[in-house]
Amino acid sequence: MSLKESARLLLGGETRKPAPEDYSPGARQVHELKRMDVEHQRQLKEHAKLGHPHRNRWRNRRWAVLIAVNLLFVFSFWLDIQILEGALTASRFLGFHLIDLNSALQVMLAHKHILVNLVIGTATVFVLWVLLGGRAFCSWVCPYHLLAEWAESLHLYLVKKKKVSDHAFHRGLRTVLWLLFAALAFATGYTVFETLSLTGILSRALIYGPGLGLLWVLFWLLLEVVYSRRAWCRYFCPIGLTYGAVGLATPLQVGYRLGNCFHEGDCRKVCLVPHVLECVIKGRATDEKMDIGADCTRCGLCVDVCPSGALNFEVKGLSNWL
Amino acid sequence: MAAKLPHKAEQARRRFLRALIGGGALLAAGGAGWLPLVYGGETRLRPPGALEEDDYLASCIKCGQCVQVCPVSALILADLGDGHGIGAPYIDARAQACDFSCDAVQCILACPTGALTYTKPEHLDTRGAMLMAAAPILLAKEKDPEPTLNLKERIGVARLARPDLCLARQGKGWKGAARAADYEGMLRFMEVDRWQPIPLNDHPFDVAVCDLCVRTCPIKGAISLEPLPGGHMTPVVHEPCVGCGVCEMACPTEPAAIVIDPRRGWEA
Repeated sequence: MSLKESARLLLGGETRKPAPEDYSPGARQVHELKRMDVEHQRQLKEHAKLGHPHRNRWRNRRWAVLIAVNLLFVFSFWLDIQILEGALTASRFLGFHLIDLNSALQVMLAHKHILVNLVIGTATVFVLWVLLGGRAFCSWVCPYHLLAEWAESLHLYLVKKKKVSDHAFHRGLRTVLWLLFAALAFATGYTVFETLSLTGILSRALIYGPGLGLLWVLFWLLLEVVYSRRAWCRYFCPIGLTYGAVGLATPLQVGYRLGNCFHEGDCRKVCLVPHVLECVIKGRATDEKMDIGADCTRCGLCVDVCPSGALNFEVKGLSNWL
Repeated sequence: MAAKLPHKAEQARRRFLRALIGGGALLAAGGAGWLPLVYGGETRLRPPGALEEDDYLASCIKCGQCVQVCPVSALILADLGDGHGIGAPYIDARAQACDFSCDAVQCILACPTGALTYTKPEHLDTRGAMLMAAAPILLAKEKDPEPTLNLKERIGVARLARPDLCLARQGKGWKGAARAADYEGMLRFMEVDRWQPIPLNDHPFDVAVCDLCVRTCPIKGAISLEPLPGGHMTPVVHEPCVGCGVCEMACPTEPAAIVIDPRRGWEA
């Protein structure tokens, strides 16, 4: 996916079919081959499935990392082991400042002064997430993501039972909210979004003990169960957009191989941000190898679920060496 | 009969409307968190080294690193219902005052954003009455080569708010634990342990004239007992008072006779 297209989707643009001239000769050839030789494709698919049973490999790794990071915060305080002190908004890892990019932005806009520690900590975190894949912060670190995944299972169960249905919001909402909360921080001189940030509230509740703020978290979980699948992470949270923007330039990607794909769409069903997976729809991929866009949280659910190994984690520029 | 599925344009219209309503509701919720600050509400005692309230709320990143270093757990992060900045730390002096048992105002050192600061940048607001005439001398360190706290401004100032309750003014003493049996606040007593604060109630008093506010005060020359015309005594607060709140915490009357006025400066 081109950088421009990746950014357009991140900001909430609608997905669209590629124009005929967008296709590379190789991709055109593969699409043509798939149309011509249906029986051979079916046989290939059956064969591929044998080699890729559905496992929760990446999901389990990710949950382990997410829980470990958050527990490291908790135990650094509770047991006074002082490895990762603070909360997700700002912390010190073995003494080095780490500052959440979105919180830093809110503080700088509200305070209108730039502090040296803030710059050091923000730069460190920026580099970290450029290397680790932008929105990977969401799925590998943010504690709300884990709770929301569990709420999502419940939501999908209720949808299957026809008790509830999913209500989508326009994806441009997150961009508008990002701009408005930035403007509000500047205009009011107060970090307005921090009061609403589920990430911050949950992180502090884990470390410093529960409070009324958890009711706000509960409200969103309920909303996601009964009304709109993964609503906060999909349509609202500006933190996701901040890290998504960082992810525009990251070498850590989920890569797609057209040749291995049989267009069954399992990946899009499990995906938090299925608009980044439009290329897996039959006839949409413009290249034989493609990167999934910046809005992807690198959660790996699609990698786990793909029955034919068409989706995999890749590190650009390194994959050839690994 | 199943309802007719909305076609694409209708679905897009609904997505847009939901976004409008949902986004509006979230902004309103954000506004609801901010309005109590606009209207002022209750003034809270902020940690030592805190910037003026507006600057403090703007710059606090709500990470709680100050909470983590406080040896007496004096700092509390505001909750959703508190209405003055969720996650921003404050001190409830009556429950647990800052007794400077860390010796060096560690919370300031821990703050990553400068919401708590040893030296305020010149372009930020400073009220003259908040400035200390001299660096406060910490009694615990009085004999050290560097006996002062690195603190340029006070966080409030003590005031005898209920003189009629004050035991000294009635000529009464105090025997036993300072506070009710279930009280959990901690204080450092130099004669017990230089480095380890203990529960205030584990240190009973036996004084002929109550002077708990004076004898627990960690700052040199901040408060003294002075004679009244009628022969009784009264606590008098002096300029070195930094507003830490130990006197309010130790005051054995209920409610406390002496309290901290948060963020009030020294008025001679």
